[in-house]
Amino acid sequence: MRGARPLAVPQVLHDVLAQRSGRIGFVIVCLHLSVAVAAPMIAPQDPAHQDAAAMLQSPSLAHWFGTDRLGRDVFSRTLLGGREAMLIATLATVIAMAWGSALGILAALIGGRTDAIVMRFVDAMMSIPWILMVMLFVAALGSSSVALVPVLGFSYGLSVVYLARAATLDFVTRDFVVAAQIRGHSRWSIAATELLPNVQDSLAVQGAMQWSWILLAVSSLSFLGMGVAPPTPDWGQMIADARGIMQRAPWALIWPMLALSSLVIGMNLAVDAWARATGVERNRRVPGA
Amino acid sequence: MAAVLLERIGLALVTMVIIAVVVFFALDLMPGDACSVTLGRGASDSMLAACHARLGLDQPPLWRFITWAGDFLRGDLGISMQRERPIAEIVGWRLRNTLILAGVTSVIGIPLALGLGVLAGLNPEGPLDMAISGVAIFAMTVPEFISGTLMILVFSVILGWAAGVVTIGYKAPAFELVKASILPAATLIFILAAHILRMVRASVVEVMQSDFVQMARLKGASRRRVIWHHVVPNALLPAISIIGLTMAWLLGGVVIVESVFNFPGLGRLAVDAVADQDLPLVQAIALLFGLIYVLTNLGADLVALILNPRLRTRRQ
Amino acid sequence: MTLSAHKLEVANLQVGGADFLVVDNVSFTIGQGESFGIAGESGSGKSTLLLSLMGMMRPGLKAIGGSVRLNGSSILGQSDAALVFVRGGKIALIPQNPATAFNPSLRIGAQIAEALLLHSALHQQARAKRVFDLLEMVLLPEPAVTAGRFPHELSGGQLQRAAIAMALAGEPEVLLLDEPTTGLDVTTQAALLDLLVDLRHRAKVSMVCVSHDLGVLARLCDRIAVMYAGAVIEEGPLVSVLARPGHPYTQALLSSIPRLASAGLPSPIEGSPPSLFDLPSGCCFAPRCALVQDACHDQRPDLKLADKDHKIACLRTLIATAPVVDHSDTIFTKAAPIIAVQSLSVGFAKQGFFVRKAPKSVVDAVSFTLAKGEVLGLVGESGSGKSTILRAIAGLAVPTTGQITLMSQNSAENLAARGTDRRLSQLRSIQLIFQNPDASLNPRHRIIDLIAQPLLLYGRVPRSQIRAMAANLLAEVRLGEATLDLMPAQLSGGERQRVAIARAFAAKPDVLLCDEITTSLDVSVQAAVLALIRDLARKHDVAAIFVSHDLAVVRSIADRIAVLHNGRVVEINDAQELCARPVDPYTKSLIGFVLEIPA
Repeated sequence: MRGARPLAVPQVLHDVLAQRSGRIGFVIVCLHLSVAVAAPMIAPQDPAHQDAAAMLQSPSLAHWFGTDRLGRDVFSRTLLGGREAMLIATLATVIAMAWGSALGILAALIGGRTDAIVMRFVDAMMSIPWILMVMLFVAALGSSSVALVPVLGFSYGLSVVYLARAATLDFVTRDFVVAAQIRGHSRWSIAATELLPNVQDSLAVQGAMQWSWILLAVSSLSFLGMGVAPPTPDWGQMIADARGIMQRAPWALIWPMLALSSLVIGMNLAVDAWARATGVERNRRVPGA
Repeated sequence: MAAVLLERIGLALVTMVIIAVVVFFALDLMPGDACSVTLGRGASDSMLAACHARLGLDQPPLWRFITWAGDFLRGDLGISMQRERPIAEIVGWRLRNTLILAGVTSVIGIPLALGLGVLAGLNPEGPLDMAISGVAIFAMTVPEFISGTLMILVFSVILGWAAGVVTIGYKAPAFELVKASILPAATLIFILAAHILRMVRASVVEVMQSDFVQMARLKGASRRRVIWHHVVPNALLPAISIIGLTMAWLLGGVVIVESVFNFPGLGRLAVDAVADQDLPLVQAIALLFGLIYVLTNLGADLVALILNPRLRTRRQ
Repeated sequence: MTLSAHKLEVANLQVGGADFLVVDNVSFTIGQGESFGIAGESGSGKSTLLLSLMGMMRPGLKAIGGSVRLNGSSILGQSDAALVFVRGGKIALIPQNPATAFNPSLRIGAQIAEALLLHSALHQQARAKRVFDLLEMVLLPEPAVTAGRFPHELSGGQLQRAAIAMALAGEPEVLLLDEPTTGLDVTTQAALLDLLVDLRHRAKVSMVCVSHDLGVLARLCDRIAVMYAGAVIEEGPLVSVLARPGHPYTQALLSSIPRLASAGLPSPIEGSPPSLFDLPSGCCFAPRCALVQDACHDQRPDLKLADKDHKIACLRTLIATAPVVDHSDTIFTKAAPIIAVQSLSVGFAKQGFFVRKAPKSVVDAVSFTLAKGEVLGLVGESGSGKSTILRAIAGLAVPTTGQITLMSQNSAENLAARGTDRRLSQLRSIQLIFQNPDASLNPRHRIIDLIAQPLLLYGRVPRSQIRAMAANLLAEVRLGEATLDLMPAQLSGGERQRVAIARAFAAKPDVLLCDEITTSLDVSVQAAVLALIRDLARKHDVAAIFVSHDLAVVRSIADRIAVLHNGRVVEINDAQELCARPVDPYTKSLIGFVLEIPA
């Protein structure tokens, strides 16, 4: 009974798959994840290999999705284009959830002045649009995948502080927490026994959402030339690259767009179904994030 | 009422100070400063020292913050490293252009969103709601740079209705910019309206199920009267503060959408400044965006306060 | 009798969803100026019935059969647009919860004027004048000021009066009242009922009043019907039904109500009402009925005339006399004191972000002592400070002045103000049971985990013994061992409160604090919980402070009663003595306002 109850994974999965949108989302996300893992094995060509003789070719047997303006194989690049962004998103999500939920739960538990001051700071930082916050750091640190992880982990943790605090506050004033306080349990024991089991579902759902938002952020930054750097292929970068030639070679634009959109939509469908299954009210994109 | 107003304004001021502190010291704590970043690795110690002296970087951090913030208040935003010109001069026109884009977006987007939100909420799960909400969820899910690129693909490349990429300079007359902002604004409206209309829809659905709406029907009020006198005013009230919060997204979205359409605004300038590693310019733009956000939110807060009797009058 | 003699005529009404009925085959008629009451516990379908009289269905429900006729013309099956002149004009509702029934962004006056605009030909100035008249009629002070107020600026009682004014604006012929006095203080409640009785005699309107409180119906109605599981199981003249209830459910309901006139505990109805989705094929009350026979399970009995105008849906169809409440109760002898409260005052400071406002006193110099095994009742209206006293004893509210002394284990210890500063043994001695078990039991823990918490914390009980000890505790509150592995959501409200009681006793407390613990329960369940607290307090020699707004409830359980008014104790005395010979004028008025069912 101490500590968090393990998430009932089989039950939750069952409830997600019982919903049609949940099934579709789950299948899409699984497909994407397995492609990302298997891509280096199945990609038919070197994604960075430039072929001056094969520029802007339309789809053919040799190049299923055609080639781009440097003659690179769009199919191979699309298969591999999500890996780096997903890796960055995963690491940044872990950082964001860790510091964000710890600070949020603590602020709610301690309350009073401490809470007010912490929240004022978080509020102020969230007033700076996330992209400028990230750009501020990128300008100072230079753009590299390694620098993006802590920077995104920090920026996106801000909204987690908010949500973790709100989820905790929802319960802090409930009688069962008050009852534990006057029984004489310590603050930490209350956080672990009374609060965590009640907020863990919404934090888990929140984590999944954060992952897809951070993935979008990485792609957007790559699009602007501040994210994943060439020669590593990336969907955002591919879309930026193919914009100038969209009339002559639309395939170079369409495939990475489809790949990124389908992953994000699939993730949203799955998380929505998950939120419904656990009864968590889930926020769509947090204002400011 | 006056006390509440003062408290809100006071909090906004506190927030602005914190933003300034964060923007300034975030960079101060990073390895490398404006000089080492600009001059690069090969810079000699004497070159760095000269540069530090010129920018005042040899002063203690707190003193530099106070001078920086003080200068900012007087309209002196510092000097751009790459462009060797006062930042205020570079930023001024582009701020105007961005405000034109944001203005066009809000003037069309907000009323559109409110109308569609009410329509969707009055018949939840009906065919109209399914269509509106479906498009809205798509708009909220797909990133801005994809929506923007799709807009160009559809309206410029395929249909040929509007120029895909803005080609006019940043000092172009205002009406030229309004014309140029059609597609960028459409992209922003597409997403902004989606966020607002989902909130309004939820709010309308909730109010429709409230006791006082049932009571109004039991009083004998017609459906039209129930909707206009009881549902709409109560459902739109919470939307006002949502609009304020959505501005934060709008400002972030502006950076990407301006880049997609090559629109000569503050957002694209920020992207360029990052590419050039022009730290003082990035700092100034981040602070400006933060201040604009705080002011719009304060405005929305005050409007909500004035319109909502529950906030306006004291409980007995 | 011709049709036109009836104002409202309900025949074989059935309301329900796809595979269930909320209102099952209900019929009654009401003449002009008549007042009809419908009694029933929560979930009996009475509110749904009331709304369907105006042609309004909650989402998911629809009229399945039968008819509702007003002045001979049908209400059911009409569109909202066709009912616009009927609703508010011919038939008006006084809602259960006026706090949510008023539009929060319109002034009270404007909302009453809207009813006038819809149902009268008055021009604007005449409407304004009429609004003031209506507000004056419902005895609201300063009508012009009240009309300009927003709903959140009025108290619950004032809002209820404004709701009555709004209902009367359209000069309806039939008034529907949905729990008209729930949530109001007893004094406000009595004044409102006087107002309604007066209106009925002056304006000759017909009334249909729905309530779980038989006292309210006794004051307002000539005839009443008792509903159970969607069906009317007894109907007749008020005096006849209350004095000679025929249906076993009505009898049980009447004896589960605590009364001032008799000491001793009211008797509970065992079991709980059936689920609407799974109604028994025979009599719905059969599973709980003490007089059940085999035939009861086979067919559902119809309403049959048992006496003049008095109908009963029971196979036995006997008009019996109500069972007498057991008076036998051992007289409590005073033992050593266990806790003393000396000149306790509590104030709350309102805290803004920048400003700290001056504290306002909620409890004002309250003193009392409590003997071992004694049950002290604290009674008062909302805002009288009764819950704050409990919170201060529990260490949740910090007193501005005063001292609380605990005298356990032969030593007197002054308790620290904050619970977090007290020693574990002191915390163990004092256990608080909350008003609402839904909120006080963590929904994510099994019952065994909930009861194990105090065992592990105070007793250092080895884990191997936890289950047996928890089962014992549950047995004490009459719950089976199987309950241990359930989640709180799987229990009924009454069962959850029993778990909360078991958890409190698991700490082996010296003092039990009960904060309105029966308020969220139905009256039949309340009686069982009262009995439980009384028995356990006696058995374990635990002192208890029992807080309630309901004097009759407190009377039924307490040895001594303290009456609170505006944060002060105005009278404290032996329970029997206090009710029989009150001294303080406020106590007298409180006793005078308790609604008694005529015997």
